[in-house]
Amino acid sequence: MSALPPYATTGQRVWFYSFRVICGLIFFFLIAPIIVIIPLSFNAQDFFTFTPEMLRLDPEGFSLKHYRDFFSNDSWQSAMWNSLQIAPVATLLSVGFGTLAAIGLSQQHVPFRRAIMAILISPMIVPLIISAAGMYFFYSKIGLQGSYLGVVLAHAALGIPFVIITVTATLVGFDRSLTRAAANMGANPVTTFFRVQMPLILPGVISGGLFAFITSFDEVVVVLFVGSAGQKTLPWQMFIGLREQISPTILAVATLLVAISIALLTVVELLRRRSERLRGMSPS
Amino acid sequence: MSDITQTGPMLAADGTPLKRSLARALRMQKIRALMLIAPLLLFILVTFILPIGDMLYRSVDNRIVQNTLPRTVVAISAWDPASDELPGEAVYAALAADLKDAAEAKTHTRVAKRLNYENPGMASVFRKSGRKVKKWNVTDEGPYKERLIELNDGWADLELWRTVATYSSAHTMGYFLNAVDLKLGSEGVEVRPEDERIYNTMLIRTMRMSLIITFSCIMLGYPVAWLLANLPTSKANLLLILVLLPFWTSLLVRTSAWKILLQQQGVINDTLVWLGVVDDANRLVLINNELGTIIAMTHILLPFMILPMYSVMQTINPSYLRAAKSLGATNWTAFWRVYFPQTVPGIGAGSILVFILAVGYYITPALVGGTKGTFISNLIAYHISTSGNWGLGAALGAILLAVVLLLYWVYDKIVGIDNVKLG
Repeated sequence: MSALPPYATTGQRVWFYSFRVICGLIFFFLIAPIIVIIPLSFNAQDFFTFTPEMLRLDPEGFSLKHYRDFFSNDSWQSAMWNSLQIAPVATLLSVGFGTLAAIGLSQQHVPFRRAIMAILISPMIVPLIISAAGMYFFYSKIGLQGSYLGVVLAHAALGIPFVIITVTATLVGFDRSLTRAAANMGANPVTTFFRVQMPLILPGVISGGLFAFITSFDEVVVVLFVGSAGQKTLPWQMFIGLREQISPTILAVATLLVAISIALLTVVELLRRRSERLRGMSPS
Repeated sequence: MSDITQTGPMLAADGTPLKRSLARALRMQKIRALMLIAPLLLFILVTFILPIGDMLYRSVDNRIVQNTLPRTVVAISAWDPASDELPGEAVYAALAADLKDAAEAKTHTRVAKRLNYENPGMASVFRKSGRKVKKWNVTDEGPYKERLIELNDGWADLELWRTVATYSSAHTMGYFLNAVDLKLGSEGVEVRPEDERIYNTMLIRTMRMSLIITFSCIMLGYPVAWLLANLPTSKANLLLILVLLPFWTSLLVRTSAWKILLQQQGVINDTLVWLGVVDDANRLVLINNELGTIIAMTHILLPFMILPMYSVMQTINPSYLRAAKSLGATNWTAFWRVYFPQTVPGIGAGSILVFILAVGYYITPALVGGTKGTFISNLIAYHISTSGNWGLGAALGAILLAVVLLLYWVYDKIVGIDNVKLG
């Protein structure tokens, strides 16, 4: 039904094109809010709307001043560094534990597989505010509240479901006879894992890691409760900015974050296609 | 081969019965799998499950009354809360002793705060008396009943004693009852006064708005998923990026975009004024109300609806639709009777996912919801970080968690958590 047959009636034609228009509007709804902030972030004025100069495409109306503010403002800079210190460590923890467990889960005989899976996926399902509240109480008790380690552990827990989901999905297509062949030829389990299994599931592991990274990099509810001023991350700073005095610097930060998302999305798409090719399927 | 008798059990190469040998190999396999999973399971238990358990326990934990007023709790158990008489001298003496100890340890304000949740006004009675009682000699300066009542006539209030008696046990349903606008009186469960009833409204609003958001996602997601599933793969992949980009974009970026777009001086209002649809003097109020939350959250959750629908629609064979039409069905009948029923699993999966995510949302309602568009999560956050009524926050959280886990279970039954796909 992708193209209109030549014998279509007028009614069919009208419906065909109006359906396309409706879908176009929905795509517009999906993408426009993200796109519109990009030109707004180059506004020379401290407004959140297009100035007449901008609409005339007058160079006077555009400037990089919000970006300069972001890169020179201490609180934004420290927030960015905090984010960059928390997210990679949390990602490493999630990927390490998560990959190991995903390999365990994809064995043929795993007792309580369903229950274990449900527990491991639960951080994604439980509302963040509940996780945040629980962690706030419990981490205060064991002295982790307000510490770097506390935030990292919390973010690692939130990232684990994504690693489990992507890595188990990759392992579904994994040919078990390859590891048996390796063992048969004298490789020990460690060599088999690193030389045979790991290279094949690597795309899944990396995309799981990217999901875990973006989860931590984008997370604000848990860090609000578990962190203290010393762990103020970029999303936290944005949240404060949006709630209290909304400054146009947020637009510049948002644009930078959109650029990061586009980069990550591209990497994940490329990895997905590669992993499908490795599995012997043509990229869909 | 002739000397092997078929009467005994079949043996493996090392002489053990094959059955046992296989069972052992299977056990080893299971143990190896569990060993691989164990570190993560332990990690999740400590960093995630235990904290949630801790929060759930807080919603029924009432040990503070027993720990701060141990003698009073014992003494008051002999008193009948239904009677119209104040407790006897023994209870007052026990209270004076407890209050003195508590005031010295500075814990009397905490128990005062706890009891104040159930009977507003009790905090000041405890606080004011605690300061004075600290200087008393509590072994031989009776009668304490008269002295306490003289100190603060709140101690002559029957309701106060009934509250102490009702909330003297180590565990209480009080927070849960409070979370559904009820309270535990001396004669059992009763409805809270009208001006204190806010939680039911909040729970119902959260459910109603989540349903509206889920429904808008279905209405907007269905045509897009259909288009994606019926376009040639290369074009569909290109359009899919338009769905995946919002999915990957920071939640705060999307929320700030809506906050900026929906303002009265924002891009949407400006465009409408420019088009002449809306008068400059009465620009639309699109933010800080329910509408703002619904628009922003529909946008944020739409990809979670489109992706499961798309993966189901991809598997539907287009020849069914052609068959229906060739048998004389109109376009509508063919769609409604043949195509639509096959997409129901996708709609179900997407709807449960969107509803689960919507019910627990915190950031977006907090930023664009104002006071009318906030969710139960915002109330939980308020009780935990601002009001300090942790028990009530935990009870509200437990109710929300129960709803979400129930849906999670349903999702697992009909879709299977193994089938969750990302991107």
